[in-house]
Amino acid sequence: MNPSVSPLGKDLVGLESLSREQILSILDTAEPFKEISERRIKKVPVLRGKTIVNLFFEASTRTRVSFEFAEKRLSADTVNISSSGSSVVKGETLVDTARNLEAMRIDMVVMRHGASGAARFLGERIPSNVINAGDGQHEHPTQGLLDLLTIRDHKGPIDGLKVCIVGDVLHSRVARSNIHGLMKLGAEVAVCGPPTLLPYEIAGLGVKVFTRVEEAIEWADVLNILRLQLERMQGGYVPSLREYNRIWGVTSARLKVAPREILILHPGPMNRGVEIDSDVADGPHSVILNQVTNGVAVRMAVLYLLAGGQPESAEAAKQGGDS
Amino acid sequence: MSDTTLLKGGRVLDPSQVMDGTLDVLLKDGLIVSVGDAISAPEDARTIDCTGLLVTPGLIDVHVHLREPGGEHKETIATGARSAAAGGFTAVCAMPNTDPPLDDPASVGWVLAEGKRAGAARVYPTGCISVDRAGERLAPVGEMIDAGAVAITDDGSPIMKSGLMRLALDYAQSFGIPVADHPEDLSLSPAGQMNEGLMSTRMGLVGKPNASEDIHIIRDLLLAELTGGHIHLQHVSTRWGVDAIRQAKARGVHVTAEASPHHLVLTDEAVEGYRTEAKMNPPLRTAEDVEAVRAGLADGSLDHIATDHAPHHYDEKEAPFAEAPNGIVGLETAVGIILTRVVDEGVIDLPTMIERMSCHPAKTFNLPGGTLAPGGVADVSVLDLSAEWTVDASNFASKSRNTPFDGWALKGGPAYTIVGGRIVWER
Repeated sequence: MNPSVSPLGKDLVGLESLSREQILSILDTAEPFKEISERRIKKVPVLRGKTIVNLFFEASTRTRVSFEFAEKRLSADTVNISSSGSSVVKGETLVDTARNLEAMRIDMVVMRHGASGAARFLGERIPSNVINAGDGQHEHPTQGLLDLLTIRDHKGPIDGLKVCIVGDVLHSRVARSNIHGLMKLGAEVAVCGPPTLLPYEIAGLGVKVFTRVEEAIEWADVLNILRLQLERMQGGYVPSLREYNRIWGVTSARLKVAPREILILHPGPMNRGVEIDSDVADGPHSVILNQVTNGVAVRMAVLYLLAGGQPESAEAAKQGGDS
Repeated sequence: MSDTTLLKGGRVLDPSQVMDGTLDVLLKDGLIVSVGDAISAPEDARTIDCTGLLVTPGLIDVHVHLREPGGEHKETIATGARSAAAGGFTAVCAMPNTDPPLDDPASVGWVLAEGKRAGAARVYPTGCISVDRAGERLAPVGEMIDAGAVAITDDGSPIMKSGLMRLALDYAQSFGIPVADHPEDLSLSPAGQMNEGLMSTRMGLVGKPNASEDIHIIRDLLLAELTGGHIHLQHVSTRWGVDAIRQAKARGVHVTAEASPHHLVLTDEAVEGYRTEAKMNPPLRTAEDVEAVRAGLADGSLDHIATDHAPHHYDEKEAPFAEAPNGIVGLETAVGIILTRVVDEGVIDLPTMIERMSCHPAKTFNLPGGTLAPGGVADVSVLDLSAEWTVDASNFASKSRNTPFDGWALKGGPAYTIVGGRIVWER
């Protein structure tokens, strides 16, 4: 591998700054990596000798574990740091934390942080590759990528598909990464939710806006259903969980009248009976667990590409021929 | 021994006397003695050749944060007063949102004394409207004014309780001082980081809608109308805010208002890339708002240009956007920005600039200066309109460097700053 030339640039902070070709190359690179996780011995030497820090300032199970599996299955050496039990709680600034890690000669940082722009901030200040694992309400690019990959697996090319993101778009980094990624790949994108949970001027991003879930279901080929964070109740954005489910919940009764089969995605963790009913989550059109499986492959692809791997060499690299 | 200075051969521009011509200005013992044609220098006078320079009443900034006490790592009264002088200002009004806040006569008097000791631009303290800036009950306004406060304000925080604002506007009338308010309905802007709009939506930052400022401006105007008190609205940034002030002035409401240089020249697009040096409160807004603020400055709806100089240590600004504090330094860039990007672009002419930066601030805050009329304080700003220079924050006299204007090429800047007849800064 030639570490100096990454087809994605130094960092992955969001999908907004990537081109259609870059996004497609990540998805295409993820394809050969899918198979690694199906092997009996789930390890290839692609990132042997690379040191990766998973720096999580916010709680995460799925994303952190998915990154860690991706790193380990590519043979990287990994360290996990979470904000509790680290020097961050002792008042160290983000810059100092990063510079100290850097001083130990690391290669990549995977970071989740509560502040929008934090990944870009870090990437501008350290020479290591930075991968955004979620920054505030800004972007969660690997989630966006795994959603794209899952949609493509089940619906074929994204061009022309109608995808609606349903729920708390206002506070959602997943929504923004989906919007940018889907639009670059030629999908028609809509958002749907209570107007209190839709960002101001969201239509300016080029999306349709529905405020009734029935209209979204009537329109869409794919629904990506966002988690309703329970603290939103305290914020007064919606009066009650019961009302939310009643008005905006994706239920089998509502899907039954859809003019076409709708693919169901959810980034997790789900609130069953709130934004999504169990018979939808567990139903035949749900690809929620496929998303989780694809997450590992997409993250492998991102790690590989940022380390300087070329999309066309991924298959060979996997065999250990290019490590 | 007398101290005499002759400012020789400059273009003397004094809107307070509708004076504009090549004249000499004689200063003696801290006062202006005369302005006239070919004044011959007294024997002991120091003569400053002002040929090709603009001589104006000293510039006054009614809205600066000097951070002392409590924030000395960002700025002190002394460094702030020197920063003002280096920016061509002869006087500044220090906001009371220090730690502890200036809400009693002792702390107000201390700021006044420290300002004098600094020996640069004059420092006029302001006092809090409410005890501990808590927005609950009136601070000892009369005693603070006795101690030297020139206005009251809880700047940095709005007065959320309309009842308290009414009391303040009523009570302050005994003393003839303005009640200055940072207009923001916090219930509409909780956790807001920047202007609410497409930019905030794209960047995933919490927005502050224009309405959070508009509602508060309109409320303050109604209360000023009710009480007859003098409301001074700080750093107005919204189009409907400007419009409401314009209408209130037409009705005879006693209102004065500020425009900040950054709200006259920058939009929320300056935040792109999560640039914390473009983070301030009120936030940078849209081009439509910038146009409205410029129009408001031109037609007099906005009376003053005030910088809202807000120093922060670079460690504090070197943080993810949401975690960085609000505010930018402004004293050392204001003259250049206004000349280059407001006057040269034809928004206002030069006499109006001097009016908005000297005459009006002196008048509305009852401060000495704002005129070159004989007998007044010898506070004079000498500007070089043709100086071409590039902003270099690393050279600021201020302790802080947080400016979005670093690297900007500007035309026109201060040459001499004279306070009480003494040169406190020269280029």
